[in-house]
Amino acid sequence: MTQPQPAIDLRLFAALASRTPADASSYPIEAGMSVEQLLAKIQVPPADVKLIFINGVRGRLESRLHGGERVGIFPPVGGG
Amino acid sequence: MRPALIEAITPLVTRTSRPDGSALRVLSLEHIRQLAIEYGVTTREIEIEALNNGVVPGRYLRNMTTLSPAEQVRLLKSKAAVVGLGGLGGTVTEILARVGVGAMVLIDGDRFEEHNLNRQMLSAENLLGSAKAEAALKRVAAINSSVSVSIQPTFLAEDNALELITGCQVVVDCLDNISSRFTLEQAARQAGIPFVSAAIAGLTGLVTTIFPGDGGLQLIHGPRHSLKNDKGVETILGNLPQTVFMTAAMESAEAVKVLLGRTGQVLRNKLWVMDLTDNTFEVLSLE
Repeated sequence: MTQPQPAIDLRLFAALASRTPADASSYPIEAGMSVEQLLAKIQVPPADVKLIFINGVRGRLESRLHGGERVGIFPPVGGG
Repeated sequence: MRPALIEAITPLVTRTSRPDGSALRVLSLEHIRQLAIEYGVTTREIEIEALNNGVVPGRYLRNMTTLSPAEQVRLLKSKAAVVGLGGLGGTVTEILARVGVGAMVLIDGDRFEEHNLNRQMLSAENLLGSAKAEAALKRVAAINSSVSVSIQPTFLAEDNALELITGCQVVVDCLDNISSRFTLEQAARQAGIPFVSAAIAGLTGLVTTIFPGDGGLQLIHGPRHSLKNDKGVETILGNLPQTVFMTAAMESAEAVKVLLGRTGQVLRNKLWVMDLTDNTFEVLSLE
């Protein structure tokens, strides 16, 4: 019997929102993939990313995803 | 000999009751002004004396009881720096003046331009070309003349930042670029002053509160030395008024909590994130 493919709840903020995949709320990943690999998969250059949150806690490009996480990605924001 | 101030206040007090029926003693703005002239003191000193005796100036009536009279006094004896008087800064200035922060240093070297009109509370058609700091001074004087305002119509820089904020109990970052935020953060650290920082782009807003020993802005904007671009995606998405007002309100709430010493309830090592596209409001951990 095959395991169901792991998925994350992916949220892209501000100017990155336009890159949101259609199935973002249950976006399929490979277990153990890094955030950097996720970004490659959704075609977001790491240079466009400033902040990464995994389950509400600040993460990094190297952070690993296993499925079930809520992932938030922010571009730089600097206006006032 | 003139009677003690409180003896002069007492006969001028009116009694009113709250919607829940509890009693309140109130002193009107008109009487506060009269007493200030009579006693040769500021209206703020009259307000503090009244509050210390359980009499609430009418202008702060609706601050009660979320603020106690003692907390209102604490605010009236506080000094806040608002750095940047554009979108965020204009609204933060308005809120802090109305809630009754007793002294403010308002810093911005800029002048109003037409593209400020969509969101900057201090801007107006008849003020295009005039100094934002001057407009801030006039606005605060018009809404709460008890607030002591010092304006600094200059841009924040490495060589003036520390001097500009010294003596304040909170610094509110309302700047529009990331490197100036780092300059201000550094000065606030040196001065040992808590620092409330916000940034916006489009419909997204971020707010955090940083104490001198905390990880700070580098947790949000990356290390200062690796900063490649001074601006964020606001250069693409613009700056919307609804984002500005909500974010400025959040920043003001943080500044007031800092001034009141409610420091267990601030966004320390946390980032408040708002996205009005789909009503997202979250508090994320920066640790």
